[in-house]
Amino acid sequence: MNMTMTIPTTTASTITLAEAMEFVWTEADLLDHAVYDEWLSLWTADARYIVPIEPGVTDFGNAVNYAYDDHEMRKKRVERLLSGQSVSASPVARTVRSLSRFRMLKTSETACELRCAQIITEFRRGRERTYTGDVVFELVRSESGLKIRRKVIWLINSTEALGGIGYIL
Amino acid sequence: MTSLAELTSNPDELIRQDRVRTPLYTDPAIFEAEMTKIFHNTWVWVAHVSEIPNNGDFKMAQVGLDPVIVVRDRKGEVHVHLNRCRHRAATLCEVRKGKTSSFVCPYHGWGYSLDGKLRGVPYENGYNEEQIDRSKLSLKSLRVEEYNGLLFATFRDDIEPLADFLGPAKKWIDLFMKQGGGYPVKTLGEHKFRFPGNWKIQLENTTDAYHFPLVHKSFLTAVDKETEQQLDMLNNGGFVEDLGNGHSVMVMIPELIDLDDNLEAPIPEKFADLAKELAAEGYSDTEVRRIVRAVGGSGFNINLFPNLACSMAFFRVLQPVSVNETEIRHIAIGMDGGPAAANRARIRLHEFFQGPMGFGSPDDAEVWDRVQHGAKGGEDMWIMLHRGLNKEESLPDGRHRSDVSAETGMRAAYDQWKRMMAV
Repeated sequence: MNMTMTIPTTTASTITLAEAMEFVWTEADLLDHAVYDEWLSLWTADARYIVPIEPGVTDFGNAVNYAYDDHEMRKKRVERLLSGQSVSASPVARTVRSLSRFRMLKTSETACELRCAQIITEFRRGRERTYTGDVVFELVRSESGLKIRRKVIWLINSTEALGGIGYIL
Repeated sequence: MTSLAELTSNPDELIRQDRVRTPLYTDPAIFEAEMTKIFHNTWVWVAHVSEIPNNGDFKMAQVGLDPVIVVRDRKGEVHVHLNRCRHRAATLCEVRKGKTSSFVCPYHGWGYSLDGKLRGVPYENGYNEEQIDRSKLSLKSLRVEEYNGLLFATFRDDIEPLADFLGPAKKWIDLFMKQGGGYPVKTLGEHKFRFPGNWKIQLENTTDAYHFPLVHKSFLTAVDKETEQQLDMLNNGGFVEDLGNGHSVMVMIPELIDLDDNLEAPIPEKFADLAKELAAEGYSDTEVRRIVRAVGGSGFNINLFPNLACSMAFFRVLQPVSVNETEIRHIAIGMDGGPAAANRARIRLHEFFQGPMGFGSPDDAEVWDRVQHGAKGGEDMWIMLHRGLNKEESLPDGRHRSDVSAETGMRAAYDQWKRMMAV
């Protein structure tokens, strides 16, 4: 891309698949290892964390979702996990999530849309459960590296009855 | 003697006014009997009218364990059919909801009109005329009646009309529907989740204010101060009232019984932005106050035996799966034709508490799970339901009322359970 002559051509390169993968794997690792402060810092100020119910919904704000979190709600969710006040999160389920089958749907120097598969196994009180879904990330480049502008988790069984999910998918 | 046999010969060994024995949660034979003695013999909620607004609209539901289709036919009449082909039993419909002009069995192609009549039988010459008398091969249809938008069905043609069954609960249903804020009430979507426990554990919970400050501590911490005070329900003068036939109401926030009352009261801080937005859209001051009040929901839960609750701001539907597995649906409701901003606000409040990722439901599910787990021990021990008996008043028609944390609503439900099961 042609930049104007006055602006130095620094690191203005397209976000690569490898860069995006490394970032979302880090995000997954932070959640599985309960490093929530750092996790909260990965998001832009206006970002949404969304777990929809109806497949194909586009107007998330006007739909009933499992989660439709802005920064305030993400913070509350983390506080709930750490507070010891929630019987379903005392202790928080142990989770291992695996992200794979990555595909860059769109990318530019400033933003990209990445889709991947996510399989989470949770374990708590002698019970093991699995939640499988597609995850679509909208990532943006900021001065301090990539940030999440939107993360949408499309569970394959979202329209069926789920178990209580006392952690962050 | 088995628990089930005891129910008819010596019911006091299993269920008394203020306690029930553990097998009510754990005995598969009792569960099986409930599915017929209760769910085949009373009015069971199947849909809200807004879920099937137009002719041809349908949804799948269950009456006990029986799969049914709720459908509005070409003339606008609502039918509830058993979801079972009259030929070899295959389900006619496996789509949760939608619109159609007929139901055709995927196995051999028998086709039915929306009112349940058999219309088409492929290769009909395989039968003599009297062997395929279509008038005798309609879908099995249940009796259907509606009260204020709530659709109920029953297998019984000879039981009381729905309105009589609901009795004193009707007044509370009318109050609950004021959440339309001047518009018809409309369903907006739903959360479904399962817990490994008996359905009656959840039935009890709808009239259990006693658990709220403890189990929902993390929710109360997450809400604003004003809401927290409003939800300090054990100290706000609420009550529980037996409404007959197993139904009850639990009033947690007395000032939110009639949403039209005291509309001039200050608008809660959490709705200040919404009120401004509505005013900017051109709604009058009275409309803004009524809509904002409706967004906050009602201050009570109505528990309708056996499967529906009108619970503060949503419908709770109980679906027994097995003796130790239950599915819960929390259906969000809003204003049909009302301002989008108001319905959005309702949806966000719903997501906050309800559903598998809400700040309330997972904690409920966890303690219900613990009840079922604990009930694996002490088969001969009692589940105690005597809280609030000390302050209970008797109402003239034999119903009861006590303070908000009393187990009066549970006693009412089990009383009806006993009437239906011990026969």
